[in-house]
Amino acid sequence: MSYLIKATSVVEEAQGAPRPLLEINHLSKSFTGVQALNGVSLQVQSGEIRALLGENGAGKSTLIKVLTGVYPRDSGEIVLDGRLMSASDSGHAQRLGISTVYQEVNLIPTMSVMENLTLQHQEKTFGLISWKKAEIRARELLAQVGLDIDPLRQLDTYSIAIQQLVAIARALSTQAKMLILDEPTASLDSDEIQQLFALMRRLKAEGLGIIFVTHFLDQVYSITDSITVLRNGECVGTFQTAELTRSELVSHMVGKSLEDLTPTAHDHSIQRERADLLQLNNVGKQRYLQPLDLRIAAGEIVGVAGLLGSGRTELCELAYGSVKADQGDVTLGKHSLTKSSLRRAIQVGMGYCPEDRKQDGIVAELSVRENMILALQASRGWWSPISMAEQQHLVEDMIQRLAIKTSDMDKPIGELSGGNQQKVILARWLITHPALLILDEPTRGIDIGAHHEIIHIIKELCEQGMGLLVASSELEELVLFAHRVVVMKDHQKIAELHGEDVSEQAILRQIAS
Amino acid sequence: MINERNLPILATLLVFILLYGYGVYEYKGFRDTLVFSNLLTDNAFLIITAIGMTFVILSGGIDLSVGSMIAFVGVLMAYLISTAGIHPLFAIAIALLVGVAFGTLMGIIIAFFEIQAFIVTLAGMFLFRGLAYLINLDAVPISHPFITGLSDVYLPLPGRGGLTFIAMAMLVLLIIGILIARRTRFGMSVYALGGDSHSAALLGVPVKKTVIKIYALSGFYSAMSGVIFAIYTGSAYPLAAVGVELDAIAAVVIGGTLLTGGVGYVFGTFLGGMIQGIIQTLITFDGSLNSWWTKLAVGGLLLFFILLQKGIVMWVKKRSAA
Ligand SMILES: Nc1ncnc2c1ncn2[C@@H]1O[C@H](COP(=O)(O)OP(=O)(O)OP(=O)(O)O)[C@@H](O)[C@H]1O
Ligand SMILES: [Mg+2]
Repeated sequence: MSYLIKATSVVEEAQGAPRPLLEINHLSKSFTGVQALNGVSLQVQSGEIRALLGENGAGKSTLIKVLTGVYPRDSGEIVLDGRLMSASDSGHAQRLGISTVYQEVNLIPTMSVMENLTLQHQEKTFGLISWKKAEIRARELLAQVGLDIDPLRQLDTYSIAIQQLVAIARALSTQAKMLILDEPTASLDSDEIQQLFALMRRLKAEGLGIIFVTHFLDQVYSITDSITVLRNGECVGTFQTAELTRSELVSHMVGKSLEDLTPTAHDHSIQRERADLLQLNNVGKQRYLQPLDLRIAAGEIVGVAGLLGSGRTELCELAYGSVKADQGDVTLGKHSLTKSSLRRAIQVGMGYCPEDRKQDGIVAELSVRENMILALQASRGWWSPISMAEQQHLVEDMIQRLAIKTSDMDKPIGELSGGNQQKVILARWLITHPALLILDEPTRGIDIGAHHEIIHIIKELCEQGMGLLVASSELEELVLFAHRVVVMKDHQKIAELHGEDVSEQAILRQIAS
Repeated sequence: MINERNLPILATLLVFILLYGYGVYEYKGFRDTLVFSNLLTDNAFLIITAIGMTFVILSGGIDLSVGSMIAFVGVLMAYLISTAGIHPLFAIAIALLVGVAFGTLMGIIIAFFEIQAFIVTLAGMFLFRGLAYLINLDAVPISHPFITGLSDVYLPLPGRGGLTFIAMAMLVLLIIGILIARRTRFGMSVYALGGDSHSAALLGVPVKKTVIKIYALSGFYSAMSGVIFAIYTGSAYPLAAVGVELDAIAAVVIGGTLLTGGVGYVFGTFLGGMIQGIIQTLITFDGSLNSWWTKLAVGGLLLFFILLQKGIVMWVKKRSAA
């Protein structure tokens, strides 16, 4: 494959350099106090899949939004298909031939899937929208991303993963020359990712240029032709994927070597004689989760693995109590939580960082500091305010450790990059020091440098006696820190792996069985 | 199909049927088509205003200027016809143009200066009322053969009832409103804007253009309502239609449209307006109750619908978590 690409590029060079499909020259953009892009240049050929990589806050999303006219640029030039381009807004960019899936799922939650898919382009009869034709079109688009769902249902009744696929399907609804995908795979499973890749290969064969943003290096190596790396708003360089090793890539991205970032081998054993901290006895809920047992000791990390929709999130919700089980008992330490309120659960030491942080976590108007201190303040009670000095100390520490990129802690969180917002929400729960912490997809959208540090903090907290339940679709990561892994399938617990049995292969075998 | 989105409008339909059914059961007179056709005629101007308001509320905005617009358009028409001697057809055209122009202007201010719709249309509300006084201080009759001719247009129905010109105009405007909302790109943009304006912009909805068109449309519908009101009463009065903006908002909400935007139907608004009319008629039929009871009943219904919607939103959230 890589050989072929090289061969064609040699041919092209022989004919003189082909005109690139997209050419970005010296693009700059600053927000108050932040130079988000500084003279970035890159070129994408038609039929090329380009990875756009960089740490959280490197400027990837900003580059995309300047390209599509969501933000005005300070200086620089964009040439699409030989023509100078200056999109006034996202719709204009679409008409000029750039179709984009932005970082957060940006669809209209209150509209049906069909209406979302056909918002840009509607089939009409006698000048009026024909919903019959729209439904057929919607089903076609959904089939392209391998979805078989009812397009007439309201979008927000579906899970984030499905919403993400719908967003991708929508981007295919217009005739585009360029397709831009900003972290489209963040909440997808391996099957869906394969489906997406097949689709990308087809579009590539049709001559589209594709820009693909992700934090998963495996995906970079399996689908892209070339890589552009951004760091602190500057372009580090553009490389052929086949010619760049992983460690070179990582050092370009973070300025550190890969070895520094590889966590040390993990000891899966833990003294089991420690007392149980969390006990779930036959906890379940009809049409939600089959009854199951689960025990977590103090200092123990239990991973939850399984495919999308297998019941990972459901298990987290029931354990935490945000969804009430209709059978079974939940006990944390000496406290029975079966019938108690969520407030009580938090008081006796439960913490939960949910999967959908856009909906459940971020208060966009509040500052980074206020967002981070929220849960701690709630657990201490609003009548005993945390002193400003203590707040600053805690927040400063987390900003340092998680490398949260922000000019200062009083900046509104909405102005941070997507990944940095995630870090703040995660930090919110890490500083509460709960007795038991439940994390659903803790590293989604977070760059590799910070991954390492998060795992480190998690382990440290557990050494201090915290129990941890982590649901994650990244098995590679799960086996790095979990003492035990619960495997879910079809809303049931199908296996529990201990000690030496905890490995990626073993988990995959269970899921496949 | 029953799903979470059309639950409120089904509830509205149910309330409508229950109230009407109660009337039919309790009062003999209610069984005649006359009651229904009177409802259509008497509430036409309110429903027309409320249709325009539906678009505004669907997009997440509000338009407080509509009541004053009705009065202003009436007084303007009276002036054009009686004093300036212009043919009523032209006077109506001018009145509608002025309505659209003022709506557009408010839309431009809201879209480009990013000032809250509440403030801008509140200013509009005072402005139009003031302009009405500027033209005329007192009530004046609008008498012209053409206008009386319009009042004579009548399509008899079985029974004693029949469709007046006013009722027919309202029904035509209703159908147009429904088509604009559900069958045009502009309509879809309105829903998108109310659902999530940030995402709508990223999805390529022309946000500013849509906002301007929404207030222009509301200007058109409220000016149209002013024309209908003038024909209905045969006179113009600068103090007419005080508080109609609130009745219109009530009709929209009782009709099942979410006050926060994004969810609702124009047809629901029609039902919402009719429900207010039925309550009034029931109280008239009863005879012993003061007409202020209408306000009480409307207030109660309003509260009920807001709670119902909140409940549904919470239910959908819960279900999507599952
Ligand atoms: N609307 C905004 N207002 C102010 N600053 C912003 C805004 N959007 C982005 N920034 C800043 O610009 C920089 C680049 O952000 P950007 O979102 O492009 O990062 P990114 O590479 O997409 O990161 P991630 O991987 O986390 O998505 C960050 O420092 C961010 O704080
Ligand atoms: Mg980003």
